[in-house]
Amino acid sequence: MNRLLIVIGLLLALAGCASNVKLDEVPVEDKAGTAAAQAPAASSSVATIQAGSIPGVDPGPTGVSKVIYFDYDSFVIKADSQTLIEAHARYLRADKNRRISIEGHADERGGREYNLALGQKRSEAVRKALGLLGVPDGQLEAVSFGKEKPADAGHDEAAWAKNRRAEIAYR
Amino acid sequence: MFLVLPYRPMKMPRFLDSAARRFMHLALSFLTCLLGLLAFTTSVAHAQFRVDVSGVGLTQVPIAFSPFRGEEAAPQRIASIVQADLERSGMFRALAAGQALDETSRPDMSAMRQRGADALLTGSVTRLADGRFDVRFRLWDVVKGQDLGGASYAVVSADLRLASHRIADFVYETLTGDKGVFSTRIAYVTKVGGRYNLWIADSDGENAQAALTSPEPIISPSWSPTGSQLAYVSFESRKPVVYVHDVSVGKRRVVANFRGSNSAPAWSPDGKFLAVTLSRDGGSQIYVIPSAGGEPRRLTQSSSIDTEPAFAPDGSGIYFVSDRGGSPQIYRTPVMGGPVQRITYQGSYNISPSISPDGRWMAYIARNGGQYKLHLMDLQSDKIQPVTETSADERPSFAPNSRLIVYATQLQGREALMTTTLDGKITARLAGQAGDIREPHWGPFFKP
Repeated sequence: MNRLLIVIGLLLALAGCASNVKLDEVPVEDKAGTAAAQAPAASSSVATIQAGSIPGVDPGPTGVSKVIYFDYDSFVIKADSQTLIEAHARYLRADKNRRISIEGHADERGGREYNLALGQKRSEAVRKALGLLGVPDGQLEAVSFGKEKPADAGHDEAAWAKNRRAEIAYR
Repeated sequence: MFLVLPYRPMKMPRFLDSAARRFMHLALSFLTCLLGLLAFTTSVAHAQFRVDVSGVGLTQVPIAFSPFRGEEAAPQRIASIVQADLERSGMFRALAAGQALDETSRPDMSAMRQRGADALLTGSVTRLADGRFDVRFRLWDVVKGQDLGGASYAVVSADLRLASHRIADFVYETLTGDKGVFSTRIAYVTKVGGRYNLWIADSDGENAQAALTSPEPIISPSWSPTGSQLAYVSFESRKPVVYVHDVSVGKRRVVANFRGSNSAPAWSPDGKFLAVTLSRDGGSQIYVIPSAGGEPRRLTQSSSIDTEPAFAPDGSGIYFVSDRGGSPQIYRTPVMGGPVQRITYQGSYNISPSISPDGRWMAYIARNGGQYKLHLMDLQSDKIQPVTETSADERPSFAPNSRLIVYATQLQGREALMTTTLDGKITARLAGQAGDIREPHWGPFFKP
């Protein structure tokens, strides 16, 4: 487990060094997994890989929310999120080594892959807003979790409204 | 590994031409007479799954089983597995043979006919000196008193279910003329608590083995054409990354980990390429990337969402979902570039295209009045039909014989997997894990 975290940490550090180079342009051999079983004896047997996860490091600006909410079927950043975005922009501009991942999310209705693309539109909207506020693109990565990580597990409009969001994750 | 040892002159698929065809004809016409008059709905409940059969004029071949000789000493009940497979297809009705038989027996056909059987399956399982099991079977046409052939498989204990499914395939092919899919495998994902598992299970949902276990989501598993590898999207590095995973040895490689999101892998029919959705140039667009890894080639050029690629079986085109017209609809683009053609026009939400291996059908999900339902389009006539009674359907994929579709849906508030015939008349809920089951993908034919 420790070795796994070190490998992931190294990969992240490598990605983080190159501010103007796109992250992970070249597909890398995966080392963040360990095969549990030896070569199989049966033609129907399957060997298991156990994946780890990575923790965030930088806490980000204190007292500032990291969540931006969106209306249904919308990718427009609302006026009441503007001060939040500006606070993150100031924090990022203050140190070029600070890096964020903007994680877009969608509510549970519809297909997983299409929702992944909808979440991506939300994270891209935040990335563009931060870019307009002078944050270099190399400090930003817009990704999506689609409907996979709801903030509220409910199945009504109140829950969906909380799930249509972009979250800023400092790395 | 599998050894297929014909221990009698095997008439495997060839005898279909004459005897079996005639037998089927006879059996079907008899059954149609019997059942064609009444609309019937039956359901056969099992410990693991539930099969619902509904519709007019459905014919089922009555087939008698006796437990395979020696199976009480083997780790699997061969005859029960074969029987469950055949019943789940909706094409067969199981009867007890009522006597101890094996593949060397000369069964009393008149006794079988009295029980109402048209066919009879017999067999045995024997432990070999090296620890493997020798599974043998013979199929009989009860009506004509004719031997329809058999085979023997020498397998390790872990492959006894596979051997059973291959016997079910033999029976299915012999008596219906279509290729069976019981020995194929299905990949799916479960979420239990905060844990995600990618499973590979037999086509009945049983015998699931974990290929990947992760604290972060896993979506979009997709079998390679040979059935040896799975491509999928894992979020274990806090973003969607596409992996290709060699399932038998448990090794995998990253094929798409570009800046932004990487998702929706779909194999080309020759296995050399994957179509993927990347956001590396801003916005979700479709790219083609060598499955061994390499530089992606951008396939779609739009300022809209383009995602969920699916290759046509001849490899010439890629179906995909785009909201370029204002709502998500299914389109088709030539693989080598060229004019994009819109495929769906009805409704304002059509996603998740899956093309049948025979190229005739497109299964997809359409939203209608807030309900998400599996639909089928005849690609020759463009005719559309809804298939299911459920209302939260997702991610259909075809069995390799193009006769069944597996899809995810919600049943009693839980995510579950179902299989259905193309006409929706025979559905079965797949056995499986506790918790939520999702993201199924049906693997290719088993290649010995």
